[in-house]
Amino acid sequence: MSNKLIDLKFKVNGKEVELKVNPKTLLLEVLREELKLTGTRQSCEVSACGACTVNIDGKAARACSILAVQLNGHEVVTIEGVADGKTLHPIQEKMVSHGAIECGWCTSGMVMSARALLLENLKPTRDDIKKALQGNLCADSGYVKYVEAIEMAAEVMQGNK
Amino acid sequence: MEEIKNKYSILGKRIPRVDAPLKVQGQAKYAADYEMAGMLWGKIKRAPYAHAIIKSIDTSKAEMLPGVKGIVTGKDFGGFKWGWQGYTRDETPLAVDRVKYMYEGVAAVAAIDKDIAEEACDLIDVEYEELPAVFDPFEAMKEGAPLLHPERKTNILVEYHWDFGNVDKAFDESYLVMEETFQTPKSAKGYLEPPSVLAWWEHDTLHYVGAKGSPYMIWRILGRAFDLPLSKVRVISPIIGCDFGGTKNDGHALDFSACLLAKKTGRPVKIVYSQWEELTTCLRRHSMAVRCKMGMTRDGYLTGLYTNCVADGGAYARMSVVSMYLANGFNTVPYKLENFRTDTWCVYTNNPIAAAMRGHGRYHTQYAMDGVMDMMAKKLGIDPLELRIKNSIPNPKPGETYYTVNQVRIGSCGVKECLEKSGELFGWDGYKKENKVDGPIARGAGVSASGFLSGARLTGHNSCSAVVRINEDGAVNVLTGATDVGMGSDTAMCMIAAEVLGLDMSDMEIKRVDTAYTYPDPGSYGSRVTIYAGEATMHAAEEAKQQILSAAAKEMDVAPDELDIKNRRIFMKSDETRFMPWLQAVRLACYQGNGNVIVGKGVSRRGVKPAVQAFEKGIGDTGTNYGFAAQINEVEVDLETGVARCTERSSMGDDCGFPLNPTIVETQGIGGSYHQGIACGLYEEFIMENGNTLNPNFVDYKRPRVYEAPFPKFHHAITQDPFGPYGVKECSEATTSTGAPAVISAIYDATGVMIKNMPATPEKIWRALKEKKAQENK
Repeated sequence: MSNKLIDLKFKVNGKEVELKVNPKTLLLEVLREELKLTGTRQSCEVSACGACTVNIDGKAARACSILAVQLNGHEVVTIEGVADGKTLHPIQEKMVSHGAIECGWCTSGMVMSARALLLENLKPTRDDIKKALQGNLCADSGYVKYVEAIEMAAEVMQGNK
Repeated sequence: MEEIKNKYSILGKRIPRVDAPLKVQGQAKYAADYEMAGMLWGKIKRAPYAHAIIKSIDTSKAEMLPGVKGIVTGKDFGGFKWGWQGYTRDETPLAVDRVKYMYEGVAAVAAIDKDIAEEACDLIDVEYEELPAVFDPFEAMKEGAPLLHPERKTNILVEYHWDFGNVDKAFDESYLVMEETFQTPKSAKGYLEPPSVLAWWEHDTLHYVGAKGSPYMIWRILGRAFDLPLSKVRVISPIIGCDFGGTKNDGHALDFSACLLAKKTGRPVKIVYSQWEELTTCLRRHSMAVRCKMGMTRDGYLTGLYTNCVADGGAYARMSVVSMYLANGFNTVPYKLENFRTDTWCVYTNNPIAAAMRGHGRYHTQYAMDGVMDMMAKKLGIDPLELRIKNSIPNPKPGETYYTVNQVRIGSCGVKECLEKSGELFGWDGYKKENKVDGPIARGAGVSASGFLSGARLTGHNSCSAVVRINEDGAVNVLTGATDVGMGSDTAMCMIAAEVLGLDMSDMEIKRVDTAYTYPDPGSYGSRVTIYAGEATMHAAEEAKQQILSAAAKEMDVAPDELDIKNRRIFMKSDETRFMPWLQAVRLACYQGNGNVIVGKGVSRRGVKPAVQAFEKGIGDTGTNYGFAAQINEVEVDLETGVARCTERSSMGDDCGFPLNPTIVETQGIGGSYHQGIACGLYEEFIMENGNTLNPNFVDYKRPRVYEAPFPKFHHAITQDPFGPYGVKECSEATTSTGAPAVISAIYDATGVMIKNMPATPEKIWRALKEKKAQENK
């Protein structure tokens, strides 16, 4: 395979990023190794566990299975770009207060899947939430409190609580 | 899930976890997130045979590859062998002259990037001579089977034969005796964070940052491996993405290889396993055949139990000696049982290594016992919940103790309450009257209850120390040797220290293990952390508190025992209007003492003596205390396709003595049941062919997902155990043990089919239903 570097210009967490990347480099590798955004996890490597979920133009996507060069001109938000400074996003706030998080490995992906859902649908049903999280594996929390936390966050974002 | 009322200001409250804000922002640092200047990437070269002699290894081509900085092979470790105990040291870091399971490591490379390291592995030429292999533990037990460890003369890794009461007489006198064999699958530990390590040498000291739930295990092992005094082995714990026993508890090829490559190259070396490496070569849960014979009276009272267990230990011993003890050690709980016998073996095979996993050992026998119990309940016409309630060990009165026939000492037992409340929360009585068949869908509910040790003391060295340091600004550092792998112990320790000191959680800070500074602790296994580290932290905080009180007392001209601390105030117990602010007292104490800091030290007093007769004879009290749980789950079975899934309808009762943090207990209980229990009941299973794992990825290896998850209603049975700090006991290993049996039992309720070789995959259920129909039509 050619190792010729290709120009990549895209937006990450609101900032323009320009780099030269090997065409076979994955978005996950660029985030973790080039940009040092290590909150996105390398885990199953086959789009099955969702620990590397980011938002691309507001949609949930798996950074382990997308080439970095495909991101030219697109906007990526990672877990590091979700909170507003020191203020947690309601999804994050509820996951903390409701006790959804245990080891935390899947948490970045859970937040990013939930964020994409609530960007599109602020009044999700429980089934909508389950559908949004269906690609996110957790190994310890049982999912229950993640689902409930997202339900609570949606209420907050609707201005109900 | 209401707030638990109690006498404490912090303990028992639903306080958010201390680590959650970092984790939810992606700021928590796991092992793979660490890197250093000059760092090399390592990769393991693996053998493509399950059993073969290594005739030669030629690394010359690999060494010529630009970017390769160092290569090591098994021989470079100088014959070092390791294992759980002296007598189980049967494993080398990399295979030396023989590989014993598929893809065992034979060499390791360090290079300037990952691709070069991988390419170099391909360039290493290894010549093998394939040997006959054995993959079935029953075959491996036979005379003449290929030997895994020829020096042992047999493949039997360990065997136990215990006998309590008079089982034969009990069976003779029983109204009903039944015997069935159940098989558990080989399954993954299930953590998503692959094993990772970064190692370097600095000032003659080995530095190691790795994903280990029991960092002091690898500390000791590395000390021996590299012939270093323990003062020159520095293991630093990052945040851990779960453990559950096994590879992330002790060691694997990557740990030793990174350290040796770092020594050889003089540069930091990082190795991150791929999920393929994890799922093909790392430690997995045993598969076990459990033949279970049970006797009952006409009224459904248990009279006797016999278990015959054969487990596949894989190629090396690891902790199988313990696993096999735990498989049967608490078969005498949670039900009253006077007669119990077992014959148990664990056998070496050329499969990947088996090891400890949440619900350790117990999960296998629990499945078999619950299965037989349900079949007997049906025959006797007794409700399965009622049958369990009537056999439950009663909660001993305060000051009294219940001893099982094998001398397990129980100071508190809430299993009856767990069962009764699970039934109430589920609506068990009304459920029986509901119509449960709708077209091809049949619903059913199943129940299981269990008990599991907490504060394992299977060997010595179980005590734990803690330090509580109060800085001159009043901020508190809590330090223990314990490691939070996700269960919430860091939060529990901070809560205990805050409670004792009369402070807020915001005053508390807990750091991760650094063996250069923290005290040794055996590790995060055997549900021991809150029991031991919790007690140590309590004592450490008390000692620090006394120093503050003494300083304040001197200033206030009273005796220290006249004072207490609450809401950052040191006040006179007899006159709360006389007080000194926390910061003033801290400054007085710090500046009067040595070193401008207050340090309290604490040690756990339990767990020092092992229960010496336990393994060989099954006699003894190997826990500090015992947690109990019950759960009821509903499943829907599609009778046409055989697909079974949990519905949200579920209930759970958990007796962890006293829930220090009810939210954490609930998440632990619910998660432990689903991910490591129900998962193996319905989904998880490695498909093996001649030692090769055919589904080593999370697409083909089915794991439980959110849309199949039960949403249990939760009951806390508060029994205030006399042996745990603040009355606490384990939570989640008992719920892990009950997860699979409850769903298997629910399938039995829905369809009349007992699945005896879980997971209950659609194919197995479909075939069983077809067979049942054929039987009925005969």
